[in-house]
Amino acid sequence: MKLTKLLTSAALVAGLATSAMADKTKVGFVYVGPIGDGGWTHEHDKGRLAVEAEYGDKVETVYVESVPEGPDAERVMTDMALKGADIIFTTSFGYMDPTINVAKKFPKVKFEHATGYKQAANVSVYSARFYEGRAVQGHIAGQMTKSNTIGYIGSYPIPEVIRGINSAYIHAKEVNPDVQFKIVWAYTWFDPAKEADAAKVLIEQGADVILQHTDSTAPQAAAQAAGNVITFGQASDMSEYAPMPRVSSIIDDWAPYYIARVGAVMDGTWESVNTWDGIGAGMVGIGEISDAVPAEIKASALALKDKLADGSYHAFTGPVNKQDGSAWLADGETADDGTLAGMNFYVEGIDGDVPQ
Amino acid sequence: MDLSAINPVLLIASLMVAATPLLLAAVGELVVERAGVLNLGVEGMMIVGAIGGFAVSVESGSPYLGLVAAMAAGAGLSLLFAFLTQFALANQVASGLALTLFGLGLSALMGQGYVGIKPPALGNIHIPVLSDLPVIGPILFGHDPVLYIGIALVAAVWAVLKYSRIGLVLRAVGENHEAAHALGYNVIRVRVLAIMFGGACAGLGGAYISLIRVPQWTEGMTAGIGWIALALVVFASWKPWRVLLGAYLFGGINVLQLNLQAAGIAIPVEYLAMSPYIITILVLVIMSADKSRAPASLGRIFHASQ
Amino acid sequence: MIKLEKRAQPSRTLALSTPLIAVVITMIAGGLLFAALGKNPFEAIGTIFWEPLFGEFAFYYRPQLLVKGGPLILIAIGLSLGFRAGIWNIGAEGQYIMGAICGAGAGLAFYPMESIFIFPIMILAGALGGWVWAMIPALLKVKFGTNEILVSLMLVYVAEQLLASVSLGLLKNPQGFGFPGSRNLQEYASAHNAELITGTGMHWGVLFAFIAVIMSYVLLNKHILGFNIRLTGEAPRAARFAGVNPTRLILFCLGTSGALAGLAGMFEASGPAGQISIDFGVGYGFTAIIVAFLGRLHPVGILLAGLLMALTYIGGEIAQSNMGLPAAAIQVFQGMLLFFLLALDLLTNFRIKFAVKGAA
Repeated sequence: MKLTKLLTSAALVAGLATSAMADKTKVGFVYVGPIGDGGWTHEHDKGRLAVEAEYGDKVETVYVESVPEGPDAERVMTDMALKGADIIFTTSFGYMDPTINVAKKFPKVKFEHATGYKQAANVSVYSARFYEGRAVQGHIAGQMTKSNTIGYIGSYPIPEVIRGINSAYIHAKEVNPDVQFKIVWAYTWFDPAKEADAAKVLIEQGADVILQHTDSTAPQAAAQAAGNVITFGQASDMSEYAPMPRVSSIIDDWAPYYIARVGAVMDGTWESVNTWDGIGAGMVGIGEISDAVPAEIKASALALKDKLADGSYHAFTGPVNKQDGSAWLADGETADDGTLAGMNFYVEGIDGDVPQ
Repeated sequence: MDLSAINPVLLIASLMVAATPLLLAAVGELVVERAGVLNLGVEGMMIVGAIGGFAVSVESGSPYLGLVAAMAAGAGLSLLFAFLTQFALANQVASGLALTLFGLGLSALMGQGYVGIKPPALGNIHIPVLSDLPVIGPILFGHDPVLYIGIALVAAVWAVLKYSRIGLVLRAVGENHEAAHALGYNVIRVRVLAIMFGGACAGLGGAYISLIRVPQWTEGMTAGIGWIALALVVFASWKPWRVLLGAYLFGGINVLQLNLQAAGIAIPVEYLAMSPYIITILVLVIMSADKSRAPASLGRIFHASQ
Repeated sequence: MIKLEKRAQPSRTLALSTPLIAVVITMIAGGLLFAALGKNPFEAIGTIFWEPLFGEFAFYYRPQLLVKGGPLILIAIGLSLGFRAGIWNIGAEGQYIMGAICGAGAGLAFYPMESIFIFPIMILAGALGGWVWAMIPALLKVKFGTNEILVSLMLVYVAEQLLASVSLGLLKNPQGFGFPGSRNLQEYASAHNAELITGTGMHWGVLFAFIAVIMSYVLLNKHILGFNIRLTGEAPRAARFAGVNPTRLILFCLGTSGALAGLAGMFEASGPAGQISIDFGVGYGFTAIIVAFLGRLHPVGILLAGLLMALTYIGGEIAQSNMGLPAAAIQVFQGMLLFFLLALDLLTNFRIKFAVKGAA
């Protein structure tokens, strides 16, 4: 009896799924933090709202926030799939294996996993080339610093963060050969008080530019209190700290991608893809460069941004050596995505070791 | 590697700031525990204080009003705990944990409209001449007012516990509630007031984070400081001045490890990050020779008919 | 004036009925909260309590109750032994993490060898990891008299840092393109804690949880050690006269709770979670403390409390995705449930008397 019940339910699910497809496209979002985190999840949720705004009555979006990675995520995804979601965005690296597991059970549902590397027939992966934004930051920072010391607050030593440090360093060094990076690892994704401490420490040790790979505005406030220190917004624009200390920002903008992918499901053209978009596709936004930056620096920064956007310039273009002096990129050679994705070394000139 | 990059004066000044939320919450909890009550809900009260203070200062434009509101919010939430443990005679460990869970949820609900807003600033005090003195200027005379309130609070709690009648009654209640009851003291009333004091302090500590130290509102922003405050009270073996010392030690280790990192000292970061906790354990072991111990009635339920 | 009078014997009827009353009151208060947030309260309450058990997709949720509740029950059973004796292990979360690291580490050490001995070795390693982590506060308490609440709590943070460290270093998946996290044990047959019967949610950890419930029931009711535990908690002085050895009791209670928490971590890492990663710990160790008290430190009570807690988690997630309720509202709802359960516990042990003022 139980088995028949299970089967009828399953049939019902299938029925639901098709009937849902007939009128409304159902889109699910699984978030790792609360939508009020003001950073990572907040920006994904803006993407969700953009999908609603774009398609109006033709879509229905659902989300579950603060879902721990692991079995809880798998359950939330299964729940969405059972209720007839057509496409599910899973927005944290740690959702990778759960996404693949659930996708196997629901071959008709499309899955989109952020920042991972496991693809399947119904699982796309997408991520943003934030390092392009870091290049612009480094370009501005290298020219703005007077102490030639730039502080960098990292979360955990993972490729994503290391890539950002390298990109910022290369472009700061390019405009200012004397520049030095001081890097502090917070070993947390989220602890505003600790970020504030880290920023203060860097400032006390002479940094007059703070770059952050953590999402809170704590470093901005610390910089403001210190006076002549500039910062860049991270994840969201943080424009409340403009024009000083925040002189520009890297904005995660998932809206264009989400709208396009939901649209592809609607017209039946969805295919599994591996997307790694940057400034060009609008996934990485550069927040307005404030008036605290001299006009000629602003102009060259915007020029760099345009070159990155139209693809005429790659943020990792040789010659670049690794930290130990061994050659990495020959003159004119650009980094391949595989190396970038797993980057676990500093480029030549950065002091200190990547924590292991 | 450049140790000379570390400026000891600034290091001390910033560890004082880093220690303040801890100090506030811990000194409140100390009073609660000296009254014989163990409230594990510090984290919950802190975060409700953080959003309560944030919301009121944004709406009113006055950071001071916000700080008062934070104390009220923390004390208000602590009343729930007081009701459960003092009137409904519920287990204190479980009630405290429930309070934290409830507080985290409540603060997130309250804070939904306040993400991405900058609160009105509460400036540092600046005393002409004194604040500009080398070395002692930045350490002693260049902070925000709440930091001084924290230190004053430690002194006040110490004096009241040691010299005043109120302190005597409080300690009597914490050491032996049956005897205190027999002497005619209202055990429940003393404890409820102590719990509210603890809540107000925790709320103020939370607001220090959301209004001064960070300053912004995000869900879960106290990030475990309430738990460390709890540890600190035991670390200090229920003595106010040791709370101050412990808070500075905790804040100091954290600021120092960040300093070492920034100076490029190759240290395994994760081991440094765990060092404050390991050092606390070590200090506990070392101090175990010290005969000062927990209030005898700590965590025990009092009912007059017993 | 209201006066409380202690009952000579806790009321059995009330002990059984107060949890139900508390759930009903929580439904009312929670309904008001949901209504205040602009949601249909009846639909919300129905979604949380009815949907996972009897709703359209209950065939999927019911097994998930076991998956979510299993570790909570396993940890809470261990904690309840100590709590009964007045030994406060607040650091189960750390022991859970250490069990997971050791268990998964033991399995990965054999990768890619396949053998039926690997999984039992992992079980032992997991239990041992949790046990060792709990023995630190136990030994320090016994030797130096340090407070176990504090030491076990501090060790949670140490364990979390170790977890981050091994996720980024020692146990990092060599084929993971530099990303943090270990290999997925679900793809390593000998180390995979798979469902024992497909579609039931029953994995080894759930089975161990049930066994722990039974063992703890037997221990507390039939064994001299269980009697000593109860005696120490209820009448410490009498226990000392009766010759109960406090040192042995501390070592036993903390060690057992650590080992069970370690087992829970190991089963989670090798089964539902599949891997060790920075964010592996999701607070089961802390939630289990609440579960232990909700279950009134009684094995059967803990079993039911663990399932109830799991129900509110799963139902809460469904309410989020179906109705757009914020996660925070679910958290507040859970907090209220705990408050009412704790508050109504009063009625079990006390009688409320309405007396004329002054007559008392």
